[in-house]
Amino acid sequence: MIAIVDYGVGNLFSLKSSFAAIGADARVTGNPEEIKTSDKIILPGVGAFEDAAEKLFSSGLADVVKDEAAKGKPIMGICLGMQLLFDKSFEYGEHSGLGLIKGEIRSISEVIPAELKVPHIGWNQLIFKGERHPIFKDLKDGDCAYFVHSFYGENCADSVIATAEYGAELTAAVAKGNVCGCQFHPEKSGAVGLKILNAFCEWRGM
Amino acid sequence: MITKRIIPCLDVRNGRVVKGVNFEGVSDVSSPVELAKLYSESGADELVFYDITASFEGRQLFTDILREVASQIFIPLTVGGGINTVGDFDRVLKCGADKVSVNSGAIKNPSLISEAAKLYGDQCVVISADVKRVEGKFTVFSKGGRENTGMEAVEWIKRCVDMGAGEVVLNSIDTDGVKGGFDLEMLDAVCNAVAVPVIASGGAGCIEDFVTLFKTLPKVDAGLAASIFHFGEVKIADLKGKLKENNIPVRL
Repeated sequence: MIAIVDYGVGNLFSLKSSFAAIGADARVTGNPEEIKTSDKIILPGVGAFEDAAEKLFSSGLADVVKDEAAKGKPIMGICLGMQLLFDKSFEYGEHSGLGLIKGEIRSISEVIPAELKVPHIGWNQLIFKGERHPIFKDLKDGDCAYFVHSFYGENCADSVIATAEYGAELTAAVAKGNVCGCQFHPEKSGAVGLKILNAFCEWRGM
Repeated sequence: MITKRIIPCLDVRNGRVVKGVNFEGVSDVSSPVELAKLYSESGADELVFYDITASFEGRQLFTDILREVASQIFIPLTVGGGINTVGDFDRVLKCGADKVSVNSGAIKNPSLISEAAKLYGDQCVVISADVKRVEGKFTVFSKGGRENTGMEAVEWIKRCVDMGAGEVVLNSIDTDGVKGGFDLEMLDAVCNAVAVPVIASGGAGCIEDFVTLFKTLPKVDAGLAASIFHFGEVKIADLKGKLKENNIPVRL
């Protein structure tokens, strides 16, 4: 069973539906016991980092996710959920994340030309980095994913597995051991997104 | 690199997709769920659902249809029509919408935009404006194009973006249903005034119209159309192929 962590942030309908579409048993849950007994964890999230981090830590679910990560359970963060995996974020101040991925979250305005629109919104091509990561095993070069974000992962070079070109090469996905994350929304990226979720279901976390 | 989006719009009434010419004389086309599936499979980048009569008759959106679409189709969904309160936002977001488009509701109560942007983020709030030339001035109409608000369109759209609208759908009533091409003059005026994505709507009659749109106005992010897709006059795969031939980045 895949636990989609419900800590009071965002709309989990599409995520739940996309796992159902690929025949995976996924449950939206905020119950620590259920998360502990799951096979895999999805950490979703939309909105502001500070608010989401506060909810994740104060609910105690941050510790649950960290403990499960330490045990080697496969974990995928999506969008803000990916950003929460990082050490910290500079979105309106400085806030701590889960520290599962080395690096920090910064505004894309700092690195892209002023004439480009923020947020980076729409379908952008994934540029795979290094050896093709198992969650991307069924994708081909040129495949696009759907992005909506104003902040991105920085100083995380050793865990970047894909980028997207938007006036600069922005971190599109990261992975370190059994922990991975996508800045884009696989649950909104059509067939490509379903292939990623399906590959995550098969992934053993190594 | 970021791609230009092609967005079929499904105007829904009584659970069916309809399309009017200049917003009058609608004719039934097909089932929203079937069409949505077809579009998603043929390469649509996003879908827009409008309850076209909602703001006029105060009718609520058909959230069960939305839920059905969202449980089967995994591309971004925008919902509009009859969105008057943050409660309406909540209702459609819970049924799987990713963005909510406001039109008459924001004209009646502009703070709806800032309230919703604060709750759900700018990226969730789309300002949809129905605009028509009145004595040479771009003028905003409400209630599905039936009522002249007297407001100048560019000013209004700028104000909405300042309040937190993260995207603009510009429907030209002058070119809508005429199939003679997008309203480039009106789009240019809006693109130069705002720094958020602008979606062109109203007037697409053939593939060439989209090529002209993106070539002439590179600032336009997306093209939206309804009837040419519903009646199969333009196939999305053909359209995207043609855009690619013209060096316009698209998702294939």
